[in-house]
Amino acid sequence: MLTFTIRRLLMSVPTLLFISLVIFLLLELAPGDPMAQVPLTVPPEVKEKMREALGLGQPMHIRFWKWLVQFFWIEPQVLIDHIFGTTYALGDLRVISWQTRSPVMDTVVQRIPQTLWVVGTAYIVGILIALPIGIYSAYRQYSVFDQCGTFITMVGFSIPPFFTGPLLIVIFSVQLGWFPFIYDTTHVVDDWDSFVQQLRQMILPVMVLSLQTTAQISRYMRASMLDNLNQDYVRTARAKGLSEAVVVMVHVLRNSMIPVVTVIALGMPAIFGGAIITEQIFSVNGIGAQLITALFANDLPTVQTLTFIFAILIVFFNLIADILYGLLDPRIRYD
Amino acid sequence: MTDLSNQTPLAPPRSQWLSVWDQLKKHKGALLGGGFLLFITLAVLLGPYIWTLDPQKIDYRARDFRPIYHALFDADAKTAWGNPLGTDQLGRDGLANLLAGGRTSMAVGWAAMLLTLFIGTLIGVVAGYFKKLDNPLMRLTDLFLSLPILPLLLVAVTLFRQPLHANFGPEGGMFILIVGIIGITSWMPTARIVRGDVLALKEREFVVAARSIGTQPGAMIWRHLLPNVISPIMVSATLGLAAAIITESALSFLGVGFPSDFPTWGKMLADAVQRMEEFPERVMLPGVAISLTVLSVNYLGDGLRDALDPRIRGR
Repeated sequence: MLTFTIRRLLMSVPTLLFISLVIFLLLELAPGDPMAQVPLTVPPEVKEKMREALGLGQPMHIRFWKWLVQFFWIEPQVLIDHIFGTTYALGDLRVISWQTRSPVMDTVVQRIPQTLWVVGTAYIVGILIALPIGIYSAYRQYSVFDQCGTFITMVGFSIPPFFTGPLLIVIFSVQLGWFPFIYDTTHVVDDWDSFVQQLRQMILPVMVLSLQTTAQISRYMRASMLDNLNQDYVRTARAKGLSEAVVVMVHVLRNSMIPVVTVIALGMPAIFGGAIITEQIFSVNGIGAQLITALFANDLPTVQTLTFIFAILIVFFNLIADILYGLLDPRIRYD
Repeated sequence: MTDLSNQTPLAPPRSQWLSVWDQLKKHKGALLGGGFLLFITLAVLLGPYIWTLDPQKIDYRARDFRPIYHALFDADAKTAWGNPLGTDQLGRDGLANLLAGGRTSMAVGWAAMLLTLFIGTLIGVVAGYFKKLDNPLMRLTDLFLSLPILPLLLVAVTLFRQPLHANFGPEGGMFILIVGIIGITSWMPTARIVRGDVLALKEREFVVAARSIGTQPGAMIWRHLLPNVISPIMVSATLGLAAAIITESALSFLGVGFPSDFPTWGKMLADAVQRMEEFPERVMLPGVAISLTVLSVNYLGDGLRDALDPRIRGR
């Protein structure tokens, strides 16, 4: 199991390098000059110096290398300095945002908890709802529950988050007035009341995000359970006299989870994409909203860093899914 | 002794597509979905010729009309038969906008789906058929699967807007850009499924027989492999169409899609969100249009998957 984990961990290094190259080249090949907004009265030699200061003078591969160093070597040092009070990164050049003229990572660190908090809760809630629905509708195939479940998941699958968001706001915030429709990121949880307030403001974004997850995962869960329920080993388990609960919840469920875990991991890019839209609708102050602002402000370093952080998050969750996959299915481990 | 030399079949052999159709007919959702998809495609194609109002025409005197059905429960509502679905804050006709927006969304959806299928099938067939290319191509697929799609889409659309705008005009450039980017970033599931099927088909007797008479790889793929992987391709086509429509609308919603005077369902929705307390129908109409289209496409895909699977068909 350990070698399996290490192998998977090593395999994610080239993946991340590839993604960083794609992002870098995308921004590099894009037309448009970051100096385009500078007034014409600025003399050319000053412009040249500004260009140097932005790190635009050198050839492409050197800048790619510099960016990699900044991201993977200097930023972790800054983090260590911050935690232990050391001064490894003192004086090193960090990735600077063109918008705020401060290091990009400082803003990202402030904003990433909001995104992870909302996305994480939504994903967990979605999975927790989806699995029982999938299991039960496969167990009672073609029952009323199954038919309703199929219809509801189909609908949930088809309604995009930028429609459910406004819809839920109209119903629950405007008409019923139950939940606030703006996510207050400065809210501090220190007692019971503020905790309840935090829960209330999280319900709508989480609902929007988890609807699609629930729909997708429960469909896969149902299909996977159906594949397994007719297998010989299930008949054997029943013939041995095992109780129905043990047969379904232990024997069938464990085998059916294997493909579902992959689906859960592959859903990660989609849910981060959904998070960008949800943050826009509910004004959650997360990295998705930051990405949009940076894009409109033509702040390329921030865009580059944020896109890459999204990639890292996706690769990281894929890695977790891979390891879970190995835990669930011994055949994978020894392969 | 029966004469074996002259046995003509009593009925002509049934075509495979006929039994697929028979199975599809049993799936009510798929029939409804297919019907609705046909309806909406025809509506956005032919609708602007029947409802000839210009979606861009600004008429301040006729702004903020409610849909005609509002007159049923609210006699004072501003309604007019000339604008059955109401008008927006600039007095542009709702129905005309809905039809024009649908045209864009459906065009992007179909074009992006075809491009996705083309890339996905090409890579899947090549990876499945040529052993040497299998590993690198599948690694490439895995890499693409871990790309953050929506952030990349946003970045690409914002950055590449200008030059395409200059070369192909504002709408044409954006159309090429969005279709191209959706195509490049969503071919992976198709490629995986096609590769798996090609790998299995390659070992079958008819392929071995075809190879033994000297069939070239090109002819082999074209004549023997592609016709047999058509069913998974059709299923992923429906999924691709749904995904492309949603992605285009999401881009428009975030404000990086088509230019602002060019209606799409996503942009109509985004424009209406600010005043949705007073005019909820302006959010509902494009939202329901997107959702129903995607829902019908998904149901059609579900039915097709059942109908094209020979294990389920005939049960």
